[in-house]
Amino acid sequence: MEVTLSVRRFDPDADRPAPYFQDYTLDLDEGSVVLDGLIAIRERIDGTLALRCSCRSAICGSCAMRVNGQAMLACNTKIADAMASGGGSVVVEPAGNMQVIKDLVVDFAPFWDKVRAVRPWLQADGPAPGPDEEYVAPNEDMLHLAGVMACIMCGACVSDCTVLEVDERFLGPAALAKAYRFVADPRDDADRARLGELVEYGGVWDCTRCMQCVEVCPKGVDPMGRIMAMRDRAIEGGYDDSYGARHASAFTDMVEHSGRVDELRLPLKTKGMLNAPEMLKLLPVGLRAQLKGKRPPIIHRKNPGQDNVRRIFEKVES
Amino acid sequence: MRYAFYPGCVSRGAAPELFAATTAVCEKLGIELEFEPMRSASCTGSGVLQEKNLRLGDTLNARTFALAERTGLPLLNICSTCQGVMSQANQRLTSDAGYLASINEDLAEEGLEYRGTVDPRHLMWVIVEDVGLDSLRAQVTRPLTGFKVAPFYGCYIVRPTSALGFDERPERKDALERVIEAVGAEVVDFPGKTLCCGFPILTINETNSVKMVANHTLDAKKGGAQAMVTPCPLCHLNLDGYQPQAAASARQPIDLPIIHLPQLLGLALGIDPNAMRLNKHIVSTGKLLSDMALTP
Ligand code: SF4
Ligand code: SF4
Ligand code: FES
Repeated sequence: MEVTLSVRRFDPDADRPAPYFQDYTLDLDEGSVVLDGLIAIRERIDGTLALRCSCRSAICGSCAMRVNGQAMLACNTKIADAMASGGGSVVVEPAGNMQVIKDLVVDFAPFWDKVRAVRPWLQADGPAPGPDEEYVAPNEDMLHLAGVMACIMCGACVSDCTVLEVDERFLGPAALAKAYRFVADPRDDADRARLGELVEYGGVWDCTRCMQCVEVCPKGVDPMGRIMAMRDRAIEGGYDDSYGARHASAFTDMVEHSGRVDELRLPLKTKGMLNAPEMLKLLPVGLRAQLKGKRPPIIHRKNPGQDNVRRIFEKVES
Repeated sequence: MRYAFYPGCVSRGAAPELFAATTAVCEKLGIELEFEPMRSASCTGSGVLQEKNLRLGDTLNARTFALAERTGLPLLNICSTCQGVMSQANQRLTSDAGYLASINEDLAEEGLEYRGTVDPRHLMWVIVEDVGLDSLRAQVTRPLTGFKVAPFYGCYIVRPTSALGFDERPERKDALERVIEAVGAEVVDFPGKTLCCGFPILTINETNSVKMVANHTLDAKKGGAQAMVTPCPLCHLNLDGYQPQAAASARQPIDLPIIHLPQLLGLALGIDPNAMRLNKHIVSTGKLLSDMALTP
């Protein structure tokens, strides 16, 4: 089949380095993946095209890039599928949220720094097992963790994370998924210290739950689900005083009380009524809403039949 | 066309204009909304309650589905977040009979049981799938010809695709663009249309949240958008309500009116803008309406 790949290129050694698109048309087998196309370009047309790859079987995690605007593994993405969903075109760009070094190669240094920052190794108390022994863990716990350990550190999730787009201090989905791998490991004894760090700025509460990482991860790691699980563990573990934790708790209490969320009181309860600077910040928002007749009702009425909803809370929470 | 109507919290709280526009538009289009039997339905949990207790969220949504099942009518909602949370809950409930049975135990005391037959759908999907775009086009009395409108979906109505039935119904992927075109307006495409508005972290990290508002609204404006339309009232709260802060953080004016999807439909169907409370937005819709020669 004849295909055209439109590749975003960048040459740092150019006189005036600036990204540009270059189209390559070539003949490929029906089942070819994007990586086949890129390697064919490099071998047959243009030896200057820079890209990373190794295993060609979705194992090594080297080849994450954006195809038609979404991060994926080039070796795992059929050109025909990309053409079908992209209305005929195949636009190949480097992964996002990371500095481009050349063409499709991006700088992973911050990625690894963040993975390292969550201390991705087992921290067990007590004596280490002897030479013929090992740490023992229940099978089902390890099966659960296998889902996270499937991560191949490809950075697709980091590429498309919406928070990283506005704040590079966010640890990001890959590092946080890795943190969960140890927080949820029954052999690890540093949970408290880990969670204590993870509720700080840039940690679990800064994720905006956009599900980009869930959608683009080629290995089903579900980073966002892991982040949500750590929020729960953090609250359970007593780290319940961050804005995020108070927001989740105030929200849940409202649904229990009236069946509905009360947008007037939710920010007040999250920030704390006695938190003067934050209350001052909310004032103009409230005032503008008031002037436009958009302020939520002051008297927040309960839904009819709310007793039934409350009973569910009691049952499930007990 | 009759539906069990789930309006969600926001359309009865901070975004009453959404409720007003929905009822007016549905009446025009012959969509009957049955709200009474759904009045006791709780919040979906919005993904926030699920952070604390997933099973609790699933039980509350199962209860809502059971209420809808009892009416024998399809379930209609008007919020991208409600849609996503309901779809995800429904996927868990209907793919595991044992789980559903144990959830039903907690509903039994009220005499409710969820049999797993509900397919919750947003008004946007109902317009495409039940009303039909041709029928919508035929009912437009004031085509919005020449107006440039940027779509903004809201995360939960586009991800995760596995829970939203995109494989069986690929037309859901660009439903918003197709509705914008059907009312005669021009779509302004921009990369942020399926990304996050920042609302979920508004009370946690306002700086980041407001930056997202600034990025999306400014990108849409760069593409020539005169307004942005969204099927999600939570996105609306942030994109409209926090646009003044976004403008301050970006150190430039934005002034991009944010319109709820039913308001866009209503304008094309000849409904009075004030009846849809278009005069009650934080970012004024005045110039847009006068450009459309629609000011009453
Ligand atoms: S869900 Fe959270 S971690 Fe995942 S991409 Fe979105 S903001 Fe980033
Ligand atoms: S979580 Fe998924 S997308 Fe992110 S680095 Fe790991 S394998 Fe890649
Ligand atoms: S080349 Fe190894 S994952 Fe694609």
